[in-house]
Amino acid sequence: MDPISKFLVAYKIPIGPWGKAFFGFLTDNFDTVFRTFSNSLNFLLDGIVDGLLLLPPVLLIALIALLAYFLQRSKGLAVAVFLGLLFILNQNLWKQTVETLVLVVAAAAASMAIGVPLGIWAAHKPKVYRIMLPVLDLMQTLPTFVYLIPVLTLFGLGNAPGLIVTIIFVIPTSVRLTHLGVTSVPKSIVEAGEAFGATKRQLLWKVELPSALPTIMAGLTQSIMLSLSMVVFAALIGAGGLGTEINRALGSRRIDLGLEAGLAIVVLAIVLDRMTRIGVGGKK
Amino acid sequence: MTVAVDFKNVDIVFGADQAGSLALIDGGATRAEILEKTGNVLGCAGASLTVHEGEISVLMGLSGSGKSTLLRAVNRLNVVSRGQVLVKDGDGTVDVVTCDEVTLRRLRQKQVAMVFQQFGLLPWRTVEENVGLGLELAGVPEAERKERVQRQLKLVNLDPWSKKYAHELSGGMQQRVGLARAFATEAPILLMDEPFSALDPLIRTKLQDELLQLQAELKKTIIFVSHDLEEALKIGTHITIMEGGRIVQTGAPEDIVLRPANDYVRDFIANVNPLSVLTAWNVMRDRRDLEESTDGWVWLDRRKTTRFKIDEHGLVAAAERDGKPAVWVSCTDIEAQPEETAQVFWAAPGTSLKTVMMAMHRSQTAPVALFDDQSRFVGAIGVRDVLSAVLRR
Repeated sequence: MDPISKFLVAYKIPIGPWGKAFFGFLTDNFDTVFRTFSNSLNFLLDGIVDGLLLLPPVLLIALIALLAYFLQRSKGLAVAVFLGLLFILNQNLWKQTVETLVLVVAAAAASMAIGVPLGIWAAHKPKVYRIMLPVLDLMQTLPTFVYLIPVLTLFGLGNAPGLIVTIIFVIPTSVRLTHLGVTSVPKSIVEAGEAFGATKRQLLWKVELPSALPTIMAGLTQSIMLSLSMVVFAALIGAGGLGTEINRALGSRRIDLGLEAGLAIVVLAIVLDRMTRIGVGGKK
Repeated sequence: MTVAVDFKNVDIVFGADQAGSLALIDGGATRAEILEKTGNVLGCAGASLTVHEGEISVLMGLSGSGKSTLLRAVNRLNVVSRGQVLVKDGDGTVDVVTCDEVTLRRLRQKQVAMVFQQFGLLPWRTVEENVGLGLELAGVPEAERKERVQRQLKLVNLDPWSKKYAHELSGGMQQRVGLARAFATEAPILLMDEPFSALDPLIRTKLQDELLQLQAELKKTIIFVSHDLEEALKIGTHITIMEGGRIVQTGAPEDIVLRPANDYVRDFIANVNPLSVLTAWNVMRDRRDLEESTDGWVWLDRRKTTRFKIDEHGLVAAAERDGKPAVWVSCTDIEAQPEETAQVFWAAPGTSLKTVMMAMHRSQTAPVALFDDQSRFVGAIGVRDVLSAVLRR
C-alpha cells in the first residue's frame, strides 16, 4: 500500500463509534422517554387494529367501499374496492391486512402532517430548502436496514418502531411534493392575491394551498405507496401485518404464502391509490 | 382637479447594489451601462408623473421600457428604490414607498384595484368567487359580498356565467371577470397592466369600448399600460411615453401625435392614422388668424370662396359661398343633409378630423367652420389645414 493510503487507513475517522456513542448516550439517558413513547404508540396502534377487527370483516369492507364512493363519487371504484378487499378476506389474510392498513394510513397521515408544513416553509424560504435538501436526500437514500438498528435499540420491537422507520422513509416525498406545489403556483395569481391586499396567511390559505393542492395530493398518494413498500422492512423489527407473512414465506421458502401475501399488498396498494388520487371518477 | 396618484422622481432598480445603481442613475447612465457595471437591472429612473382623478393615463412604450414597472409601484408590487409615489387615500395621501404593511393592505383592499394581462384568476374558483376575492380578503361580510358581486357581474354582463369556473371561459370573458373583480372593491384607482394584450383584436376592441362605457359611468382614475399606440390613443385622456426606463413625453393624445418630443416618439406614431386621433380643434386656424373682408365679414379659406358675417356676440349672422348666400349646417348629421352647394358645414372642437373631411368632400372642398358650445365662431378649417395635419408638416 502506498504511504498516503496507509496514512489514511491508519487514521480512520471514527464515524461508526461516534454514532454508536451518540445512540448509547440516548439509550442511557432517555431510555424511559423512548420506551414510554414507543409503548403508548404501540398501545394506540394495537387498539385501533383490535377495534377494527371487532367489526365483521364484510361490514368493514363495505364501509371502506362506501368511503371510496364518498371520496371519489364513483360507483365503479366502490365496487372494485369491495371486490378487491373480499379477495383478501378470501385468502384469509384479513387480520394482517388490517394491521398493515392501520400502519400505512398512520404513517402516511403522520408524514403529511409533518411534511406539508415543512414543505411550505421550504417553499417560502429558499435558504431553508437548501439546508433541508441534503437531509432529505440522506433520509431517502440511506439503506433502510441502517436505520432499522438504532430505531430498534431506541424503541424496541413492535408496531411503533415500524411506524417510525416508515415515516422517516416517507416524509421526504411529502416535503418535496409540497415544496414543488407551492413554488410552482403561477406568479400571476400570487400577485393577484397581493394586489387585492391579502395577508401572508390569506395568501397561503386562499391562493397557494388551493393551487398546490393537486401536487400535495399526489404527495399523499406517493406517501401511501412508499409506506406500503416499507411494510416488509417494518416487519423485520416486529411490526405485524402482511410484511410478517412475507418474511415468514421467505424464511421457510413458501412460494404459496409469499404469493398470497404479495398479491394482498398489491390489491391494497391499488385500492388506496385510487381512493386518494385526485381526478378519479367524475370529480374535478 | 384633485391629484389621485403622483409619482415623484421614482427610481426602481432590481438587484442587490441599490446605492451603486442609484449613483449611476444620477450620472445619467443608461440601462445597459448600469447592467454592465453593477449587474442590476434598471426598472425606471427619474419618473415623475401626476395623474388626476377621473383620468385615463396610459403608460406607453416598447417591452422593457419600464411602463409596467412604474405601474406596479403604485400598489408596491414593485419596490421603489428612491422617490415617492403618493396615492390619494380618502382626504389625505399616502406615500406607498414608505407606508407600513397595514396601510399598504388597506390601500390595496380599498383604494387601488388591479387588472392583469394574464387575468390572474383563481382557476379552482367560480366566476362569482373570483369577483368576490378582493371583498373576501378585506373581510366584507358574506351577505354584502354576494350582493356587491352580483351587481358587478350584471355590470359586465357576466351574471349568466357566475357559477362557471374561470378556466371554462374564453379569454375575453376571463378578462371581464378580471375587470369585475377590480370594480367590485369599489376602489377609485384602477391599475391596468396590458389588460387586453392577450386577447384577439376583435375582442380587444370590444372590451376597450366596454371599458370606456363603464368609465363614463364610474369615473375611476385609471392608469393603463399598453404597448399598442392605437389603444392608447383610443382610451387615454393622457399618454406617457417611456423608453429605457425613462419618461420621454407626457401629454394629451393629439399632443403626442402633433408634437412628438423626439425620434423615438416619432417612430412610435409613424404608423398611426392621424384621422383616428385628431379633432377639428387640432387643425383649425384661429378666427384671429383669418383674413378680414369688408364690414364684419371674414374669409374662411385662403382661396376666398366662403365668408361669414360675424355679429358682436361672435355669432354668425350671414354666410356667403362663391358670392351667393348660403346656409350653415352642422356636420354631425352629415349623411342626412341633401347635397347642395349653398351650404357651409360647421363642426364642434371635438369633432373628429374624419368627419370634417367628409364634410369637405360633401361640399366640394368648402372650408368647415368651427363653433364653440355657445355657437360662437372660433375658427375655420381649409383643405390645406387638413392636408398639412394629415401629412404632419
